[in-house]
Amino acid sequence: MFNAYQEGVIILLCVNIIAVLGMSVLTGFTRLFSFGNAGFMSIGAYCASILTVELKLPFIPAILVASAFAGLVAYLLGSLTLRLKGDYFLITCLGFGEGVRVLFNYTQDLTGGAGGYPGIPNYTSMPFAVVCAILAFFIAWRFIHSKYGRNLTSIRENELAAEAVGINVIRFKKMSFVFSAVYAGWAGALYAHYLMYITPAMFNLNKSCELITTTVIGGLGSLTGSVMGAALVTLLPEIFRFLSGYRMLIYGIAVVLIILLKPDGLYGYREFSITRVIRWFKNLGKGSKKNKKEEVAQ
Amino acid sequence: MLLQQIVTGLSVGGIYALLATGYSLIYSLLDFSNWAHGEVAMIGAYCAFIVVGTLQLPFGLAIVGGIVGAAVISYLNERVAYRRIRHNRSPNMFLMIAAMGLSTVYQNAAGLIFGSKFVTYPGIQVSSVQLGSVYVGVLDLISLICTAIILVILVYLINKTRFGLNVRAIASNSYTANLLGIKVDQCIALVFLLAGALAGAAGVMLGLKYNVYPTMGNIGLKAFIASVIGGLGSVPGAIVGAVLLGLIETFASGYINSGLRDLISFTLLIVLLLVRPTGLFGVDVQDKA
Repeated sequence: MFNAYQEGVIILLCVNIIAVLGMSVLTGFTRLFSFGNAGFMSIGAYCASILTVELKLPFIPAILVASAFAGLVAYLLGSLTLRLKGDYFLITCLGFGEGVRVLFNYTQDLTGGAGGYPGIPNYTSMPFAVVCAILAFFIAWRFIHSKYGRNLTSIRENELAAEAVGINVIRFKKMSFVFSAVYAGWAGALYAHYLMYITPAMFNLNKSCELITTTVIGGLGSLTGSVMGAALVTLLPEIFRFLSGYRMLIYGIAVVLIILLKPDGLYGYREFSITRVIRWFKNLGKGSKKNKKEEVAQ
Repeated sequence: MLLQQIVTGLSVGGIYALLATGYSLIYSLLDFSNWAHGEVAMIGAYCAFIVVGTLQLPFGLAIVGGIVGAAVISYLNERVAYRRIRHNRSPNMFLMIAAMGLSTVYQNAAGLIFGSKFVTYPGIQVSSVQLGSVYVGVLDLISLICTAIILVILVYLINKTRFGLNVRAIASNSYTANLLGIKVDQCIALVFLLAGALAGAAGVMLGLKYNVYPTMGNIGLKAFIASVIGGLGSVPGAIVGAVLLGLIETFASGYINSGLRDLISFTLLIVLLLVRPTGLFGVDVQDKA
């Protein structure tokens, strides 16, 4: 059905969707910024690779252990740093992400250092990646629409008020942080077993920036928006591959334009719904102002 | 050996300080970290390279060219992107994302225009002088002195002039400052111009000390860390933080391991924030109900 190149793009898309969904829960629903999620991806990738290569573990247990390990690291880091406010928290995450990269560069015996970690088995097939992405979306959706998810949203809207009505702000921030790290670890594990070769430099600050940018472009507070954002950020560079050198330039300009012209991101706070699309098409036929007003009122 | 390390550390710290004060000034006004600031410095370095390399003008003019070019870019950032986002009443994080987008744009534009090769300023001799028992690079010494002079002027500007008073008023409460007749947008634009000029000076010094290349703006990250160490939004804090970071980095790579330099400074940063959550000189921001 698909050739190897298309399969590769779809796998990359699924990996990005999983990582961005984690970011969306953290940034979109809890309003916490992390520039360290590439670090968690890196931990997941290396942990899963070492498990499958050195210990000959099957893929799924390796993913579970790697994600759990990334979550554990996030729990420990979050316990220390989540009391910091705003940009101070952000910089500790950034320091953590860069620190992980430098550390993996340095631990030659375990991770192969800057030269990379070769010989990872090619376990990530396209169907498996797609199933993972769907599962990840489903879990995130259930999480956000649960009691816990509503607590996170209340922290986003007003931290002080949330604390006043008895929500343990630190605990739920930590939950959200661990959730995003587990997703990042999951994405990292899939990524490593698709590329079969990883280096610490793949998970640098630019990767973290890309995750954040994707989340914001998709819309803060919308899981479907995040998926759309991930699709846009993954597929557009592939479509514009013929532009080679100008690709990243256009990407940067596009990010700035979207921020300037669509201040809520592509999807804002809404989720994608089929009924709204159908209504939009119906209104398109009539095209009267009255219908538009109804749309706004709803 | 020790004295040499200290001089090197101070000169690196001085360059960080030029950038870090820019971060602090902008943070104090707009509550966001300007991620494009390092790229502004990079553009300054390239502007100086155009003046001295392509136009074959003396190096003094190149410094002016670098400072002016960076200041103009910084001003354009504010006029084209940040001001509009502020007027959209978007959350502050949008400013940061826009800055990240701008930094990608500048980095890649520089790569396309100048190529990703390292370039150096032609006709600059690197020599060193003997101070007591140690040799100190002339460039290090000159940049250290220039930085010190610039920073003294900056602190005077912020603390003693009408302009500085306006800036501090806006930092304290921009809405009230506006009511009292301060032209907030104009003042913010001037601050961007000032921060850009400082970044341009830093860019030229970096270009002299190392090389000029499209991703040299990544040094802005170090300056951001320095301004966090000092406490976000505090100009004296940024200077102290930058000098500290410069010294720590030099000592870490001199006495421990240059590969672990960044890990050591990041670890110290996190430890510092755990002990003092708002940096050395930061003000404790309380949430308003």
